[in-house]
Amino acid sequence: MRRPRMLGRLRDVVAALAVAGAAVGAVQVAGVGDAAAQARPARVSIGIVTFLSGGAAGPFGVPARNGAEILVEALNEGKVPAPYAEKGLGGVPIETVFVDEAGGATRQVTELRNLVQRQQVDLVIGYISSGDCLAVAPVAEELKKLLVLFDCGTPRIFEDRAYKYVFRTAGHAVLDSVGAARYVLARKPGLRTIAGINQNYAWGQDSWNDFRAAMLALKPDVKEASVQFPKLFAGQYGAEISALLGANPEVVHSSFWGGDMEALILQGAPRGLFDKTQVLLTPGETVLARLGRRLPDGIMVGARGPHGPFAPDNELNRWLIAAYQDRYNTPPTYPVYHMAQAILGVKAAWEKAMKAAGGRWPTTDQVVAALERLTFESPSGPISMSLGNGHQAAEPVAYGVTKFDQASGRSRVVDVVRYDAACVNPPEGVKSLDWITSGFKGAKCP
Amino acid sequence: MTTAAAILVDGVIYAAWLFVISVGLSLIYGVMRILNVAHGSLYALGAYTAASLVIAWFGAGGAPWVSYLLLLLAALAVGLVLGPLVERGVLRWAYGRDEVVLLLVTYSVFLILEDLTKLVWGVDPYYASQPYALLGRVAVAGLAYSVYDFAVVGCALLVGGGLWAVFNRTRAGRLVLAVIHDREVSLAMGINVPRVYVAAFAAGAALAALGGAITAPMISVVPGISVEIIVLAFAVVVIGGLGSLGGAALGALIVGLVRAAAVHTLPQAELFIIYAVMALVLALRPHGLFGRVELRRI
Repeated sequence: MRRPRMLGRLRDVVAALAVAGAAVGAVQVAGVGDAAAQARPARVSIGIVTFLSGGAAGPFGVPARNGAEILVEALNEGKVPAPYAEKGLGGVPIETVFVDEAGGATRQVTELRNLVQRQQVDLVIGYISSGDCLAVAPVAEELKKLLVLFDCGTPRIFEDRAYKYVFRTAGHAVLDSVGAARYVLARKPGLRTIAGINQNYAWGQDSWNDFRAAMLALKPDVKEASVQFPKLFAGQYGAEISALLGANPEVVHSSFWGGDMEALILQGAPRGLFDKTQVLLTPGETVLARLGRRLPDGIMVGARGPHGPFAPDNELNRWLIAAYQDRYNTPPTYPVYHMAQAILGVKAAWEKAMKAAGGRWPTTDQVVAALERLTFESPSGPISMSLGNGHQAAEPVAYGVTKFDQASGRSRVVDVVRYDAACVNPPEGVKSLDWITSGFKGAKCP
Repeated sequence: MTTAAAILVDGVIYAAWLFVISVGLSLIYGVMRILNVAHGSLYALGAYTAASLVIAWFGAGGAPWVSYLLLLLAALAVGLVLGPLVERGVLRWAYGRDEVVLLLVTYSVFLILEDLTKLVWGVDPYYASQPYALLGRVAVAGLAYSVYDFAVVGCALLVGGGLWAVFNRTRAGRLVLAVIHDREVSLAMGINVPRVYVAAFAAGAALAALGGAITAPMISVVPGISVEIIVLAFAVVVIGGLGSLGGAALGALIVGLVRAAAVHTLPQAELFIIYAVMALVLALRPHGLFGRVELRRI
């Protein structure tokens, strides 16, 4: 009895190996064919990963998804202004596959593999969390699939290693902190004390460290009055507000976002935090329309680049504002602009690659080559992929001060100052913190 | 001196808030021996319901002071509707099973309620901050505080005092205590134990929702607040001893004061200080400060 069963198993194993071998062969043949022929497909599939649930969904993830939907629909209908008037990507309609970014880095690695290997998307645009970006970038490289990071802030992505298939079409977080330090000192040249309240994880710590270093590089006699690092999503900041009020700093820096930023405003305003000290919210633009009259006047806010109220008055921006406002009855915030940059950057590179290939459908490697060091138009103005060996965008940044506008029922920004990309980004090949501590060597500021 | 006073005031305010959000968890465990993970969802539902009512009320131009009653109404509505629904509809089918099974059942309820919340309210934030700013501010130890913060302390005292009075001064409370001490003997003595369970779960759910309702004016009500709160509430009741009213109060006070001390003197420690205290308490008293050692019946 034993022998036949073993034989049977052996047969099964041989059969399985044969099937597997045939499958591998088929894949190899398909791969060869893919590289050689590149027939124009019926559609291009883009995996889009953004927070659709959890605390980051409301302020970032869902606006980014909404922006992607509007833009892809308009691109497919050929309704986006020049230079993006051609339908889809090189005339081929775009289809999107949305994935929720919630669940942590390990889950996102699995989801990226699913998108590429099961759903067979042509490229992936995504990721708001820096932790997710750091986790998925090596996986995209391994899979040799184009990955465009659209929003995450950590400069470590391209400063710690080089990638071929990974790009980021938005500026990294250093420009927020350097721009903020320059803006604060421009308005308060005699500043002596600063304080910070930032979330106790990579984003909050990096933001504070960069801001503090930039401030010390620009004005070495500035002292820290209080440095608060509450837990992410803590929600209750009574003790922290007391500590800040007690320390009495001239400026309080915060990179809080979403519900945490809103809770800080809602709890700090009745206690006079915003009357007593100058508060700076680096991603504060996201609450201008949402909080309305609840947002005190006089807060310094940024938008992680020249986005929203800081965006230039160009045709693409006018179109984006009108389309977004029309559908969602609120103006687009910076995650929408970041998403638009990613999609339009891909479109610009794709069509450049097609043109270079004589009108034939480009391979991933051809698109990658076209996107490297590309400068393309966006609603936020021209974006140059000039850092990270041509894989990282260098954006300008702008800051302003909130002022409630009775007519619109929303806060707007006044006293806006814009800093060029060469003023708030390190030169190519220089690590951000080294650049800041060197006293911004090579920075080109007006 | 100012720092010490600020630690005391901030600690007591935070402790009061913590007590309100965690006492329901302890109550349900005390009566039913269920570690209710869905407590976080009930808190979130209380916050969303309160925010919706307050927004609608101010939108309709209603009298501002009524908004405080609306917070209470939201808590009662969530507790009295969802409490019995969850207990009769889901939990009772799992009674008699291992505590871990009941924990998993409440976890599944948590997930269902999370999705339900997202389905009803979406992912956009809700702001109902008017009740927080309405009472003005007061200076204590040289620092400005919102009077609402002290109203939360008052609310915690009322909840704690009310629960103590119910358990020690009313017949219904003594029946509940009897069930806590011995469910089987209580059944044998003619106590309607299922009814006690429904009432206890509804009360625990209403307290969770009350925690959410009084928090709503201080925050932007967004998805995800339930997860944060359940971890914190567990830490408080574990320090105090699961199932103990006094334990929840003492646990909240310890956590509040220790956290405030960390924020004012060593902010880097704020992230882990609560859990360091929890670990220390459990190392010295594995059943918490007020917890009782359970005898296993064979």
